[in-house]
Amino acid sequence: MGEALHQVTVRRADGLLRFAPAVTVAVLLLPIVAGLLGTLLPAFGYLPAIGGDSFNLDGWRKLAAAPGFATSLFTTLGTGIAASLLAVVGAFGFCAWAWGRPWTRRVGGWMAPILATPHSAIALGLAFLIAPSGWAVRAVSPWFTGWMLPPDVATVGHPSGGALVLGLLLKEIPYLILMIVGALHQVAASQHLAVARAAGYARAEAWLKVILPQIYPQIRLPIYAVIAFSLSVVDVALILGPTNPPTLAVLAVRWFTDADIAFYFQASAAAILLVMLVALVVGAWVGMERVAIALGRRWIVRGRRRGAADIVTGSVAGVVMVLFTLAVLAIVGMGLWSFATQWRFPDALPQAWSLANWLRQLQGLAVPAQWTLVVGVAATAIALVLALACLEHESRAQVRAGSRTLWILYVPLLLPQVAFLFGAQVLLVRFNLDGTVGAVILAHLIFVLPYLFLSLADPWRALDPRYARTAASLGASPARILFRVKLPLLLRPVLIACAVAFAVSVGQYLATLFAGNGRIPTLTTEAVTLAAGADRRVIGAYALVQAVLPLLFYLSAAALPALLYANRRGVQGWR
Amino acid sequence: MIVRRIVAAAFALAAGSVSGQDLKWPDVVAKAKGQTVNWNAWAGDEKTNAFIAWMGDEVSKRYGVKVNHVKLKDTAEAVTRVVAEKAAGRNADGAVDLVWINGANFLALKQQGLLFGPFTQAMPNFARVDTVNTRSNVVDFTIPVDGLESPWRRAQIVFVYDSKRLRDTPGSVLELAAWAAKHPGRMTHPNVRNFLGSTFLKQALHELTPDPEVLQRPATDDNFAAVTAPMWTWYDALRPQLWRQGKQFPDNGPAQRQLLNDGEIDLMISFNPAEAAVAINGGLLPDTVRTFVMKKGTIGNTSFVAIPYNASSKEGAMVVANFLLEPATQAHAQDFRQMGNFSVLDFGKLSAAERKRFEDLPKSPALPTNAELGATLLEPHPSWMTRITAEWEKRYTK
Repeated sequence: MGEALHQVTVRRADGLLRFAPAVTVAVLLLPIVAGLLGTLLPAFGYLPAIGGDSFNLDGWRKLAAAPGFATSLFTTLGTGIAASLLAVVGAFGFCAWAWGRPWTRRVGGWMAPILATPHSAIALGLAFLIAPSGWAVRAVSPWFTGWMLPPDVATVGHPSGGALVLGLLLKEIPYLILMIVGALHQVAASQHLAVARAAGYARAEAWLKVILPQIYPQIRLPIYAVIAFSLSVVDVALILGPTNPPTLAVLAVRWFTDADIAFYFQASAAAILLVMLVALVVGAWVGMERVAIALGRRWIVRGRRRGAADIVTGSVAGVVMVLFTLAVLAIVGMGLWSFATQWRFPDALPQAWSLANWLRQLQGLAVPAQWTLVVGVAATAIALVLALACLEHESRAQVRAGSRTLWILYVPLLLPQVAFLFGAQVLLVRFNLDGTVGAVILAHLIFVLPYLFLSLADPWRALDPRYARTAASLGASPARILFRVKLPLLLRPVLIACAVAFAVSVGQYLATLFAGNGRIPTLTTEAVTLAAGADRRVIGAYALVQAVLPLLFYLSAAALPALLYANRRGVQGWR
Repeated sequence: MIVRRIVAAAFALAAGSVSGQDLKWPDVVAKAKGQTVNWNAWAGDEKTNAFIAWMGDEVSKRYGVKVNHVKLKDTAEAVTRVVAEKAAGRNADGAVDLVWINGANFLALKQQGLLFGPFTQAMPNFARVDTVNTRSNVVDFTIPVDGLESPWRRAQIVFVYDSKRLRDTPGSVLELAAWAAKHPGRMTHPNVRNFLGSTFLKQALHELTPDPEVLQRPATDDNFAAVTAPMWTWYDALRPQLWRQGKQFPDNGPAQRQLLNDGEIDLMISFNPAEAAVAINGGLLPDTVRTFVMKKGTIGNTSFVAIPYNASSKEGAMVVANFLLEPATQAHAQDFRQMGNFSVLDFGKLSAAERKRFEDLPKSPALPTNAELGATLLEPHPSWMTRITAEWEKRYTK
């Protein structure tokens, strides 16, 4: 009798879980497909509601004739490619040089604040750090430079987009390093490295020849995501990028939101052009992979020892450490501003300190901080339920998600946001959801879910199946196994995945802007709005809260399991 | 946003007509109680944001009206929202109750019949507005106001400079260009896509064009090139002398002020005569900054609030508009420790006690007197600004 009941429960539970993958895919892909269509059709003139009822190329013509279009296209490509390439070189170089060195265990800890801080907050801080009148120049003026007035040279907003590339690198290198470290855990990297080193290869050379070929397949998609992001980023480009003309993504957003509705066609064309650029550059990257494989194989087979790899990766790692320092200084600089009364060129530090700014800002900060929390927690919670349901279904049904699933998860990260967010607004408006907090949560979910799923999947799948089997043999139902065995054992990775997801939500700019219709202000939308020139003390306060909020989640994710399981060392061991 | 307009256009319903006449003020105040007013207002200035927050507290205490500041990056966002709602057939319960507006945005809403009113005559405080000497209170960028918007603050172009670095202030745009040539890289203007940036060019246009009267009528394809030609000649010479060789511009007024504070430039344009005093008080500029204007006068205008035809809290919005015209509110707004905005009221219509509120306001050497401010030039028709912005992009965005 007990046996029979047990069977029934299993079937019912799995019956619901069976729908989890389909629901998850729908949540991710429906808005994207609809949104892409809502951009693609107007790009070719079709938008009956505003009189576009025949297909034509007017949008493209207007795009090509827009002032500065060629420059904009060129800087978009230039900054996108440069940022991606340098990010990959930086991440590989750093990992090759640093992997296995004892002190690098701490690197994860240093990177956490950078990873947790939204792009826009780092960009705001960097803007102050590197401006000709910024912190870096102040620190050496006038005693070293002799400058009583800042030099008239462009850094932030330079037409070349150099500042934009730098800003992107600060976030992309830590992201790629994190992805690489995740992959390293799956290939017994330390053992392979030990063998290679025993065979006489220097550390970095061994890493590049033995480890990199094994892990590359797993970091390929993150690299494509970095390419797509670099080409189509909006908030960082608004803060650090060229202005006259700006990058293509910024132009597209400007036109999408123009009071003159006729701009919608060329905005759509620009957004679709961005999709094509991403496809083009990713395609070229894939081609480069082939070449690199061919050349790399020859390099490896030749078997020479003591190449220049250690020196090269050593200098790359040095540059990466400088970049980390810049990122941290960027956040610190904003923090200092928020406590400053006045801070003028060429003073290296504020003339005087005060809490007055914070007291003034508290009221203003409260509303966006609340929305940020509500949206972030809700999107993370929904994403967690969906991801857990999918993974649990996977283990109960004994199926392993294939590479196709992985690609689906990456779709939101590979497509430029401008290419589907404005089109997806059509859906929201149809259901009268635009400008509601629900719409913002849904929009965030598209980006939160992939990150949460990806960071949770590996530890979940790596959990020794014998725990579940033992529990089942003791008569525990699958639900009981999930809640009493698996989740407690996996508490730490679950919390970390949630912290990652929350940080992703906090950082969303465009998704919040379009779904919230300006009515759901978050810390990030407010900070980017302020970035266009408001008082730096105010910007500093917003940027700091923006950085601290996700970091608090990270810290609690790291501390909570230790507190809860203070009496169970074995459980804490799971990472 | 736009999409709402696009999608909804297909389902558009005919709009019902609205009228603001026959309003009895006590009824308005009674109905307003408990309403929430979504005030859509440009939020790029912290002082103004703080003023709106203060004002919200006051109306909440006194009238039971809650004010929600919907922060805009650009007033056009609010215009788009109203237009979108009209297209969607949402003729009541609109999202915008009150909007800080003037010029082209007012023209757009007025032309499409999307404003509630006339409503200003119903407000008791409107009787104290200066409708005679300050023409911009009744004619907004050449467009008759017709009671469809209520004034709340005045703006006039001034230039703010650091007296430690600049001694002889230019008195005309030609002298300004001459100064820039002698001090390359030490001045700039906000991006021309920003109203302050285009106003910089309008000021030059006003001074340089042979017959400024023509600016009071819409620009046409026939006259635009000829009328603006002297201005472009002047600007072509000036631009390479600007900060970053005129290739980069601050996004807006506050960004430009930050440059002055950082020592990157020596002078800046502002629409607030009290800018220098306000900024010194707020620690945003060194206390050596002062103000100057052009000898032949500078462009001035008035900021208004308007109520969209489909606003859900019209009475609450009117209570707010009326409160903004209260002498005590206007004096608070004119205090440079607050916003520093010059009043729209006619001091002749105020009681002695009310006038004293203004006379007692703190003084500052950075604050120009009315005499120093000189003549106010009228804003050109909005079409000049639209065309100048487009032409500028065509010429200088390469």
